[in-house]
Formats: sequence, structure tokens, C-alpha cells
Amino acid sequence: MYTEAVMDHFFNPRNAGELADADGVGEAGNPVCGDIMRIYLKIEDDKIVDIKFKTFGCGAAIATSSILTELVKGKSIAEAEKITNRAVAEALGGLPPQKMHCSNLAADAFHKALAAYRQNQSKSAPAVG
Amino acid sequence: MERIYLDHAATTPVDPRVVEAMIPYFTANFGNPSSIYQEGQRAKRAIEESREKVAELLGAADAREIVFTGGGSEADNLAITGVARAYREKGNHIITSAIEHHAVLETCKDLEKHGFTVTYLPVDEYGLVDPEAVREAITGQTILISVMHANNEVGTIQPIAEISKIAHEKGVLFHTDAVQTVGSIPLDLKELGVDLLSLSAHKFYGPKGAGALYVKRGTRLRRLIHGGAQERRLRAGTENVAGIVGLTKALELAVAGLDKTVPHLVELRDYFIKELLARVDHVKLNGHPTKRLPGNISVSFEFVEGESILLNLDRKGIAASSGSACTSGSLDPSHVLLAMGISHETAHGSLRLTLGKENTKEQLDYVLGVLEETVTRLREISPLYQRQIS
Repeated sequence: MYTEAVMDHFFNPRNAGELADADGVGEAGNPVCGDIMRIYLKIEDDKIVDIKFKTFGCGAAIATSSILTELVKGKSIAEAEKITNRAVAEALGGLPPQKMHCSNLAADAFHKALAAYRQNQSKSAPAVG
Repeated sequence: MERIYLDHAATTPVDPRVVEAMIPYFTANFGNPSSIYQEGQRAKRAIEESREKVAELLGAADAREIVFTGGGSEADNLAITGVARAYREKGNHIITSAIEHHAVLETCKDLEKHGFTVTYLPVDEYGLVDPEAVREAITGQTILISVMHANNEVGTIQPIAEISKIAHEKGVLFHTDAVQTVGSIPLDLKELGVDLLSLSAHKFYGPKGAGALYVKRGTRLRRLIHGGAQERRLRAGTENVAGIVGLTKALELAVAGLDKTVPHLVELRDYFIKELLARVDHVKLNGHPTKRLPGNISVSFEFVEGESILLNLDRKGIAASSGSACTSGSLDPSHVLLAMGISHETAHGSLRLTLGKENTKEQLDYVLGVLEETVTRLREISPLYQRQIS
């Protein structure tokens, strides 16, 4: 039912955990559906220097979270924010059709974390003019 | 790696003695039971001897009360739609429970599209139907009540004899889906008092594709499958002779072994539940503590999801099942757990282990270790668990 890549990321999740001093945290999904993904970002000079995730969900939910962190880690924000849920699924060699919607939300969680980072930035930045 | 199979409520391996009994009916006795020559008559005789044996093992009054079907789901369909169509002029109301197998629920849903009304009775936190609620639901239009003997997911055993009595006081027919109980617990049709009862061979070490419906004499039924006079015109189609012989042999063996298997499974089940609850926090037993199938263990782990548990167990050689949405093939978790008042979140973390006669305490000790480790690991990466402990 799952590709080898999904099973690999599920059994050996990369970057699982949290960042205590995260610059942005984003969450997608909800417990009623059975999937929640939370992404923690550390950003320096517009670059994603560290990323961690915590996920409650099925094999696909955990694997998509894990591979997302690999896909964006070390990239510039401009580059990383192009990531989509579809690209995450493709990087895993595809997901079963019924998993495409409910369990493939890692990119959404990442975008929310980026948005939270930007909001934090605008609050702390000195007013211009 | 040795595999540990803990999904006996899904299906069981066919007992080698059953396979042996079936083989001649694929080869030497291959004849069509409707044929008048010897090959056919030998097959015919095997079916009629099987019918008598099954009737005797279940405590039926007459062999003619047993109708062989293609399995439990077909037996449920035949019982409910068959009665509904035969008694349409008497009424159009059916009563069932919210936790039935889909073979019953979807048959009822289908009848609702054809002018019938259906009451789906709620269950309590243990999954029990209240017999008094059955009584209150009966109207002048009620023609059939269908309540399962034991639930396939949580193992709760219903007070069937009591409900059956209420149905008959009101002159209503009563069907029970006994797919999980026949061959698993002692069962006597005279004590249950039901009018119709469904069973399935592959749940008690028999072959798939073989089941039966008990139809008490005098109960009218409209057939679903047309095209032949087999099974007293109730089910057209050349009989699955080997399957019928296999079902019968399997039932014979299962019933003869109940004295041993029931206490063995109850002991294993209660040991496992006690150990698990002691070793893992935030885990809850689903279903009734004692009115429960001997081999059924159904639990919910909070903060983790069922499919994730199953994938980990499978990798460690353990086959089990879950009521999470991901494993039900829909977006909702098990309708049974939800009907028992369990939240969506908790239902997603459900795990069902159903034991069989070949399972051992050593196997369960290994499973306990794997489960403890798996749940701990999944909780470490679960944002819900962190919320809970912080």
C-alpha cells in the first residue's frame, strides 16, 4: 500500500522533535480527522537553518512530515516556500489516493510556520518612516 | 520471523482436518448435487448430511431450518431483505442497533430507499443494547428486529435471549448476526429463541465463501438469488459442496473444542488486558469487561493513531487491526466506537487484537513489549501527547 520511501520515513523519521526557540511554528490538520502536523522553524538570514516536526497520524502523515523537513532544510525561504503538498507526495514516490487529502498536509503546516515567522518579524522589526 | 496472527475476528486459518474433509468434494465427488446420477447424488448426500449435522450442533429443531449461503454477509442480507419483502404487507418498520456489521446496516439503509423505516438503537458505553429500548421501539408496523450476538470490533455480547423474548411477546421476528459467536462460545438455538441466525465458516477455522442462515420453521422469506431450486428455493445456484462440507467439519471441531478454547482464550485475554493497562498510560479498554468474546481485546491508545501502530506491529511480525479512519477506508473512524461515545481522537487510536486457539502466552508477552515500545515512540513525536503532559 505504501512505497518504500514512505515506509523508510515512517520508521526512521528525520528531524522529529521540537525546537524550544523556534522562530515560527505552524500546525495543520485536526484530531477529529486523525492527523495533526506541527512544524518548528529556525531561520537565520532568510534561510531555514533548522526544522523539526511533531505529528499525530497515520503512516502517510508521519512520512510526509519527515520528508518535508528534508526537502526544505538549508534552503532559502524564497526557495523553500515553493514546496507544495503534491511535491511532498511525489518525493515519496506517491501516496495511496485516499491519503492524498487527509494525510498530506505537511506543506500546509510548513507554510503556516513561515507565516508565523513573518508575523513575529513584523512585530519585532523597527517601524520604518 | 515467526508471524503472530492476532486478527481472528477478521478470519482464521483453515484447520488441516477441515481441508482434508473438503478435498474429496473437489475431486472424486465433484458432481452437481442436482444431477440424478451417482456423482451428483454423492454430493447431494454430503450436503444433506452436513445440514443435519449443523442443525444438531446449533440446536435447531429440524435440518430444513438450515440454509447454506455464500457467507455471513449473504446470510445477513437474506435474513433482513428476505423477511422485509415477505412481510411487506404486515408492516414496514425494522429495528436494529447502531453497532451492527455493515452487512446488516447497509442492507437496512438499502431498505430505507424502498419504503421501509429503520430504527437504529443506541448502545451504552460498553456497546450493550438495552432490551427495554427494543421494547419501546416496537410499533404496529414493526416486522423485524436484528441485533448482533457479539460485536466484531469490541466483542460485547448482547442479551439475545432477552431481546428475542421481547420481540416474540410483540409478535415480531428476531434475527441475530452470530458470525462472531458461532464456534467461539457455546450457543444453543433453543436458548436464544431467535427466528433467524447468520453464521460464517471462516470465522471458526473453516473455508471462506461458506456460511449459513438458520430460519426457524414457519418464518417466511423471499429469496435474493433466482435461477434454481437449491436450498429449498431460498438460494439459487449450484451448491458450494466442498465449502458446505468444510463449514460442517469446522463447526464440529470448534464446538467439540469449546471446553478447552474458551477458558484458554479468556485467560490469555484477561492477562493481556491487565498487563497492558499496567504498563502503558492513557489506554482504555473498549467494550464490556466480562460480557465479551473470549478472544477479543479492543483498546484505545490516546495521542497516537491506529494505522501507525499496525505498521509497527506488522514490521515486528504481528498482524492486528484498528478502527481508525485510515484503516476503515473512510474518513470516519469505527461507527461502533463512535456509537459507544468514544471521541473521534480516541477512536483513531484504537487497536483490536483477536486471539485464536493457536496463540500462546509467550506470544502475548512479546506483543506487549512491542506495543509498549511502539506507543512510546509514536507518542514521542505526537504533538497531542506533549500537550497532555505539559
